[in-house]
Amino acid sequence: MAVTSHAQGSSMARRKRLDLSWPIFGLLALLLSVLVILPLFWLLHDSFVDDDGSFTLDNFQTLIDDVTFLRAYGVAVAMAIGVGISTCVVATPLAWLVARTDLPGRRIIRMMVTASFVTPPFLGAIAYEILAAPNSGLINEIWRAIFGLDQSEHLVNIYTFWGLIFAITCFTLPYIFTLVANALDKVPSDLEDASAILGGKGMTTLRKVTIPMVLPAMLAGTLIAVVQALTMFGSPAILALPAGFHVITTKIWSLFQFPPQLGVAAAASIPLLLLTIVLLWGQKKILGRRGYTVLGGKSGTPRVIRLGPWTWPALAFVYGLLCLTVFMPYVALIKVAFTDKLGDPLNWHTFTFAHWHFVLFDFSASRLALYNTFVLGVMSATAVTVIAVIVSYLVARRSIPGVRILGVLATAPVAIPGVVLGVGLFLSYANPTFRLYGTIWILLIAFMTIELPSGYQQMSSAFTAVHPELEEAGRIMGASRLRILWDITAPLLRTNIVAAWCFVFIGTIRELSATILLTTANTKLVSVTIYDLNESGDLGAICVLGLILLMASFAVVFVANRVGGAGTDRMSSRG
Amino acid sequence: MLPKKFSVALLALGGMLTSAAAMAALPKPYDITPDLVAAAKKEGKVVFYTSTDLAVSEKVAAEFQKEYPGISVQVERSGAERVFQRIGQEYSAGIHNVDVVDSSDAVNFVYFKQHGWLAQALPKVVADKWPKAEIDPDGDFAAYRATLCVVAYRTDKMDAKDLPKTWEDMLDPRFKGKMVKAHPGYSGTIMTATFVLSHKLGWDYFKKLGQQQVMQVQSSTEPPKILAQGERPMEFDGNEYNVFQLQEKGTPIKIIYFNEGTPIVVGNAGLMKDAPHPNAGKLFYAYLFSTKAQQLGSDFGGLRSFNPDVKEKSTRTPLSKIKVLTSDPAKLEKEITKIKSNYEKYFGT
Repeated sequence: MAVTSHAQGSSMARRKRLDLSWPIFGLLALLLSVLVILPLFWLLHDSFVDDDGSFTLDNFQTLIDDVTFLRAYGVAVAMAIGVGISTCVVATPLAWLVARTDLPGRRIIRMMVTASFVTPPFLGAIAYEILAAPNSGLINEIWRAIFGLDQSEHLVNIYTFWGLIFAITCFTLPYIFTLVANALDKVPSDLEDASAILGGKGMTTLRKVTIPMVLPAMLAGTLIAVVQALTMFGSPAILALPAGFHVITTKIWSLFQFPPQLGVAAAASIPLLLLTIVLLWGQKKILGRRGYTVLGGKSGTPRVIRLGPWTWPALAFVYGLLCLTVFMPYVALIKVAFTDKLGDPLNWHTFTFAHWHFVLFDFSASRLALYNTFVLGVMSATAVTVIAVIVSYLVARRSIPGVRILGVLATAPVAIPGVVLGVGLFLSYANPTFRLYGTIWILLIAFMTIELPSGYQQMSSAFTAVHPELEEAGRIMGASRLRILWDITAPLLRTNIVAAWCFVFIGTIRELSATILLTTANTKLVSVTIYDLNESGDLGAICVLGLILLMASFAVVFVANRVGGAGTDRMSSRG
Repeated sequence: MLPKKFSVALLALGGMLTSAAAMAALPKPYDITPDLVAAAKKEGKVVFYTSTDLAVSEKVAAEFQKEYPGISVQVERSGAERVFQRIGQEYSAGIHNVDVVDSSDAVNFVYFKQHGWLAQALPKVVADKWPKAEIDPDGDFAAYRATLCVVAYRTDKMDAKDLPKTWEDMLDPRFKGKMVKAHPGYSGTIMTATFVLSHKLGWDYFKKLGQQQVMQVQSSTEPPKILAQGERPMEFDGNEYNVFQLQEKGTPIKIIYFNEGTPIVVGNAGLMKDAPHPNAGKLFYAYLFSTKAQQLGSDFGGLRSFNPDVKEKSTRTPLSKIKVLTSDPAKLEKEITKIKSNYEKYFGT
């Protein structure tokens, strides 16, 4: 009898612990609603309601009447598609080479690609201004010097539509790379072995087993690239405006110039919102309900393919790519940071610390900006990762009826372009009731909202890959859901969690489009400072600030990788 | 005493009833007194929003801090329109960050004044030395600096015989793909210059200019820097003072002052009524106009000053020898939207 009552007691206790899921669900639902719905509400409100508070369609009429909006949309869509295709075409073979072949120096290559992810796109765009501007670009200077050409000749011109696609691709490609490489890491060799045993050749296995397994990651990655390009502000602002064309984000941004046309801006962003939603819906359709459970409690390590004579072309491809995304931009930034004028060659005579001195001692805004940036980066990354882990766990395991709404809410902000979110948040939190504008909290809210989808997407795809059998074992032993999350699932996904944290941190410090509307003099961030400096043409100071930003980011990623890496080792030795 | 006060009040009332212009009265000039300095030091900080070139502004700030140790200056430099946007955003949200503002777009000050954001403050040096036309009739702001919006070129990359002599020459095919120009939606200087030139030359001129494959940048500080980089050999517009600075660093750049005239842009400065550091703001505001700061702006920054005691470097063409094109901010304000939409039509952004 005593035994039974004890068992009953423990099952009661378990149910009590289980109930904790509900308040957490409620809390998260509320938090996510506030994060996502409030700015959207204001956005819709301002696009349909005029200053007097009455309903109006004038803003949309303006959109239709003014041909420049249509043009900006056309250019933006074409650019985004271009970036999506080029990124996928380049990143997939790169990921495959790194994840599944015996290519020498794979670890280093992986780190290098991560480096190009760390580079904020606007900084990359500026680096390419230095490299590939038609007249002063270093590449063109060298080209002319080698072939003794006239000043009017140039090899490359970054201030063009294709230049813009190129510059965005360089710094968007790590998104797909990481997703595909991670997916390839997880494709278990037993399936490929099965294919081989059944007589499938290397290519057949690749085509019929490996690629279908990573197709979701490829498509998800391409989609992210398209959405990234479509909603990106920094690179187009830096490269498209000198070239004399607008994309939709810069067009919306231009509406905030005096006299600001907030209603039109809100209206102009609604088609963008719808477009992104359609894209996401399309991705879901393509992927269907095909879910792959590939990370179980038992599985062999992925099989490595021998490249043989293909090693050299593969290396040329990989290092060529790294040249474009890492080496050349960084060399350009370093060169300009240490020379007085862009055209000067870097040698002992031209070497100078003047820009460093200016940024660190004369320029009153830089230290505050650096401090703000790193504090916000750490806060946002931690908050987003915690929320993403809990939400994706609850959603993946469908623990509570209706829990999927959390997933929808956490994904929704991906459809909100940064510039638009900036306006929405400004309208929501710059009024007498919620006066968060002018504090770092509005930026924290912005970063959490912006980064939540990427954090959630990563965590949720990681969770779907973990077979519930391990958790079921935990359940049978009587642990609560959160206990299981903490003790079993989270350690299994430690690498993913660390990666998600890094993603968000880096995403935060490279964010510009919403930030630019939400900072004040006291809450300035490095990204905005760099943008301001770019508008006044202070390249030397930009390069110094950019390098400081990069060094600090690498330090964070390095530390996080050490922590995460240790976890991976333990995991594999256990498996 | 009483009757006098009364009569002043009556006069003011009468002014209010008859015309707004009659109401205009300069406040009593103030000097930098030990009391003011002490009060400013207690506040310890002043926030300066400016559209003057960053290096120049930081230099003035550094000199101020040297003169008044214990008061730090936070410089927020951005294009005039961005400064304006930031203040507008902050004030609409009830945030009062800024103490002193300086902007190259005179329209901004018309707006600030209309909204009652500026404090009436008249530094003694301004009252004593500035031309009356460069002081707001109510003492809400005064001309901190002036600059010309100039055509300039790289002497090593352009032939002397190829140089343009008139505005019309700039449309010549030989300058296609050679020019850089800043944006009126970003820069108050360019907004003013575009306003002046569109009246002088007509919009058709800009339509043709748009066909010249002009490299479009944002701030009027940038075209001279683009010339220094060697990205383009000629600028259609840009700050004269940035060209001076680069010339003094040895960059081979020269300005062309057309006989038809060059737009002049007056940059005002003002003290905010709701300044978070009212005394430090007042001190800094007065300092901006002091002969020392103005001389610094001239020597180091290449700014034109309304302070008659400022000695310009002999290498610079004196303002008296240049035909300048002036503009009326009140008229400009009405055309801003038109300028921006026309500009986008012809230049794409």
